[in-house]
Amino acid sequence: MGDLQTAALKLAETQSAPAWLDAVRRRGAERFAATPWPNRRTENWKYTSLAGLAKKELRLPEVQPVSVPEKDLIALDAYKLVFVNGVLDQAQSDSLPDAVATFASVNEQQIELVQSRLGALADSSQHLFAALSEAASTEGVVVHVTAGQKLDKPLYVVNYSSGEAAQLIATRVLVVLGVGAEAEIIEQFISSDAQQANLVAAQTEIFLADNASVQHYRLNLEQEGITHAGGVFVELGRDANFDGFAIAKGGELIRNDYVLEHCGPGAHVELQGVYMPRGQQVVDYHTNIKHRVAHCTSNEVFRGIIGDRAKAVFNGRIHIFEDAQKTLAELSNKNLLTSNRAEIDTKPELEIYADDVKCAHGATVAQLDDEALYYLQTRGVSKEQAKVMMSFGFINELIQTIKNEAVMNYLLPILAEQFGRENELLQLEAESFDEL
Amino acid sequence: MLSINNLCASVEDKDILKGLSLDIKPGEVHAIMGPNGAGKSTLGSVLAGREAFSVTDGSVAFADKDLLELDVEERAREGLFLAFQYPVEIPGVSNMEFLKASVDAVRKHQGKPELSSVEFMKLARETSKKVKLDQAFLKRGVNEGFSGGEKKRNEILQMMLLEPKLCILDETDSGLDIDALQTVADGVNAMRSAERSFIVVTHYQRLLDYIVPDFVHVLADGKIVKSGDKSLAKELEAKGYSWLEGEVA
Repeated sequence: MGDLQTAALKLAETQSAPAWLDAVRRRGAERFAATPWPNRRTENWKYTSLAGLAKKELRLPEVQPVSVPEKDLIALDAYKLVFVNGVLDQAQSDSLPDAVATFASVNEQQIELVQSRLGALADSSQHLFAALSEAASTEGVVVHVTAGQKLDKPLYVVNYSSGEAAQLIATRVLVVLGVGAEAEIIEQFISSDAQQANLVAAQTEIFLADNASVQHYRLNLEQEGITHAGGVFVELGRDANFDGFAIAKGGELIRNDYVLEHCGPGAHVELQGVYMPRGQQVVDYHTNIKHRVAHCTSNEVFRGIIGDRAKAVFNGRIHIFEDAQKTLAELSNKNLLTSNRAEIDTKPELEIYADDVKCAHGATVAQLDDEALYYLQTRGVSKEQAKVMMSFGFINELIQTIKNEAVMNYLLPILAEQFGRENELLQLEAESFDEL
Repeated sequence: MLSINNLCASVEDKDILKGLSLDIKPGEVHAIMGPNGAGKSTLGSVLAGREAFSVTDGSVAFADKDLLELDVEERAREGLFLAFQYPVEIPGVSNMEFLKASVDAVRKHQGKPELSSVEFMKLARETSKKVKLDQAFLKRGVNEGFSGGEKKRNEILQMMLLEPKLCILDETDSGLDIDALQTVADGVNAMRSAERSFIVVTHYQRLLDYIVPDFVHVLADGKIVKSGDKSLAKELEAKGYSWLEGEVA
């Protein structure tokens, strides 16, 4: 067991948590203690070092009244929950519909749901940080939409990191959608400043019954100092639909594992993601789509821009089981390196045991297209600005596919800033300019 | 306006232009015709400053400047415009944003005040009407999924917005139907003025029925082998290029 493991477990022991979580916390602690600290020979962490994290001196969360700046929030008509350093801030949160509760406000039925489902997908014996977030879990969100119902507004969960010390933050989101139920979930992770150095272990589990449908956003917009070790784990029933979008700007390490399992025929996964680390930031996406049954489809597209001395890892796995005939699966990962010292490790993996499937996968690493650069220059645009415009364009292609307009309009200026672009025109573009 | 003297250029060690000379005064329209492989498109690329082409000899003066010393974007800002034969698609970069960046850069260089976004969008909308390009194309990615005709209209739109001193149309007629050809020609004709010059590079005489040149030059094997007025174009149409081959030294 590594030093950080020992320290984290010691901290977890001193936390106060609801008694009904005891069993989960104990299980997490045992598994976390039993898992060897990853090194470069650990398959799941081959390209990403945890050496920096191991040096963090973790503390328990500071409970402090901090307002999340208005500009950091998405202008959404939604049920908003604000967690500051993992602790629910009632004052900044909305009152919740019956279908949603926090661990502090759960009823008996919801407790049973958490006890039976939490960790069923985010397997703490397999995922180190899923174990940590069980061991240290005190708070969380439960969403249970019953058959045929629809959550009338999106659920918007804000996770804000603030304060000086490196705090150990564990968060859980558990979503259970009944037959034909629908929901939209937006998870946003932000931090107060570049020095903020929390370790955020955030696991989300989504159970989709037959014909259920979810739109899910995971927005990792933390700043440099953050280590995020999270995951999104999804189980899809017959004809269920998962539509996901992920973005990571970069941090000391932003690692997310997506594990999606097709468990009923006719299910569909749509997953799009972008990452754009710069400076010395690191982003790591590990995705794994498991086609267990026949007639399911998945389409996964990730794009990254890696600048300066930053590094990104993309490991995209598609596993097609023997019974998963007539599977249609596509995976694409394109990367743009804007500096000689930037690094990308991309590894698409197909594992196919069925014989009647259609699969396509591809990964590319490229520099900017010279022909397009030249074209822009012949129009008076400097090479430097042309590069900025094209880098932005590369990411913007995926941003434009975002279905929730408020989310898209929130992200555009952030990206514009990231690429040093003017904002004004973007906003004009967003509005209908027929009115001019 | 433009003075090309004994221009020699090569690409990948292959000589393409072999001593081309040409003088263009303000307000003149020069057509450059010639067989495939004569170096017509190379001329446009060399003038625009494309890196792949290296100038091995000769000089080009443009508006009292040594053109060959300028970067690609500096040439554009000085008022040189190349309408591409094959405009490049740039997905994700909106056409509107591209046009504004371009106009901003050129205006700034010329000491003109920058247009506000609202002013610019009005201008872009009005101009797109003139070239019969649906406004929806302003919001799309640069040339992304445009048809051949739409791409060429977009080139003329850019030309109108940038108000260059010298416009080089590189086989702008290729792949255009009559309607699009008419629109493109209308755009060019509307821009003709005593100060602005044009080089119209084309393989076919057809375009010159719409854009009537002051001079017609035949480019063969890297140099101009014959010059005349617009009647030369008709002669070429009737006889082809082969009768000139004897004049290629």
